[in-house]
Amino acid sequence: MSAARASTGVPGPVVRAERPGALTTVQDLGRTGHAHLGVPRSGALDLPAHRLANRLVGNAPEAATLETTVSGAALRVRTPVTAAVTGAPCAVTVDGRPAPWGAPVRLPAGAVLDVGPAAGGLRSYIAFAGGIAAEPVLGSRSADLLSGLGPPPLAAGDELPLGTPHGPPAPVDAVPCPGPPAELVLPVLPGPRHDWFAPDALRSLACARYAVSPASNRIGLRTDGPPLRRSRAGELPSEGMVLGAVQVPPDGRPVVFLADHPVTGGYPVIGVVPEDRLWAAAQAPPGTPLRFVPVSR
Amino acid sequence: MRVLRVGRHALLVEPGGPEAASALHAELVRRRETGELPPVREIVPAAHTVLIDGLDDPRALAAELAGWEVPPQSAGAGRTVRVPVRYDGPDLAEVAERWGVRPEEVPEIVGGVRFRVAFCGFAPGFGYLTGLPERYRLPRRPTPRTSVPAGSLALAGEYAGVYPRSSPGGWQLIGSTGEVLWDPAREPAALLAPGTEVRFVAADGPAAVRDGAPAAVGDGLR
Repeated sequence: MSAARASTGVPGPVVRAERPGALTTVQDLGRTGHAHLGVPRSGALDLPAHRLANRLVGNAPEAATLETTVSGAALRVRTPVTAAVTGAPCAVTVDGRPAPWGAPVRLPAGAVLDVGPAAGGLRSYIAFAGGIAAEPVLGSRSADLLSGLGPPPLAAGDELPLGTPHGPPAPVDAVPCPGPPAELVLPVLPGPRHDWFAPDALRSLACARYAVSPASNRIGLRTDGPPLRRSRAGELPSEGMVLGAVQVPPDGRPVVFLADHPVTGGYPVIGVVPEDRLWAAAQAPPGTPLRFVPVSR
Repeated sequence: MRVLRVGRHALLVEPGGPEAASALHAELVRRRETGELPPVREIVPAAHTVLIDGLDDPRALAAELAGWEVPPQSAGAGRTVRVPVRYDGPDLAEVAERWGVRPEEVPEIVGGVRFRVAFCGFAPGFGYLTGLPERYRLPRRPTPRTSVPAGSLALAGEYAGVYPRSSPGGWQLIGSTGEVLWDPAREPAALLAPGTEVRFVAADGPAAVRDGAPAAVGDGLR
């Protein structure tokens, strides 16, 4: 809650976590410009879903939303507010009554918005008009699980302040309802260290059958499948990593770096998945078949 | 200077060694400040490379980089930070033994080194400090500690570093400082940002434990 509100004694709008879910974090567009200090970008893993949720309630794209993981979350609002749920499709209720997914929902004071388990995909996004007004750290409200920056993951009973709504939401013509991906296909631009691998490694990467590993998280999409063989032994000195970098650790199984990835790493990067194709990776549950497709620039 | 493409919007530049990487980083930052660099999202120095991320036209910059003359970094060009250290680390005796000196001599050896922050990584505000002479380089510990206290001064390979917060770590711990290494409310948030020169000075008495208030950056040596 802001100091200004506290001094007037008037309680500001807040949401309270009645059921925090498996992992619910505050996310926005991320924390850029600080990688040289060791600070990951972070931010919503499914950015289009985050932006859409904000748009549905009249927020700017940079307003903070809640990102749920697998099991959704339930939130009680103290004052009337408009909310919207996007990302992974799920059952939405308000005080137990069905409410629409992917549309603005008016919540009366004291109502509980329940965002059910993901029916497909992994992560749902909950926007409230005004946005989650947690204290920004280095220009972002994102929870960064690798560095521990930003608000900690939601725990039962936690209260988060809301900002001031801007006005009526912009009309949204169509809301895409993403189905669970039957197969995740990730294009890969080779480099910068594909020359550290056996000559046929890119072909192996393209032909092999991988699956999304249960060890995946906001740091990286880990994979199960055949290991990629290196042609160069030894250590690679630490170097800068980008979002979507496909890093290959000593076990040979590619890891696709997501928003909370470290800013430098010491294992070779065989290729990079373009950012605009990573959003699907954020919604692929463990076990999803995964194919890498090397592409040229 | 070797320039590698990284995805659609980034370049990884290998200017030919750690000193050249630090110099290129400084030059990129200088050019960004003077508006001579196209807009970028991140400039990330590392051990031998600099990553330039968020470029609209990486091909154009890659072509331009080949013609750059990058001045070498001169000593004393950057900010200097003096970090008071108590030499009370659990590995101090072992480090002294490996160096063939008495533990009491370690502060003088470390205090005599003009360190420079080559890059950050591992955790926000963890700077990799270069400058340690070859004969003082040490391997990592065979088994990493599950918890290294915040403020620990540590050595591994060619690097020295100070842990900004408690975390697991395999470096050799020789001392500790009460300085605040990382404070997001401070500018820069990292006490030891890339390019900063660092001198470790032996501090007497117990290391001050700060309560999270912004530290006076580089007290006395700005």
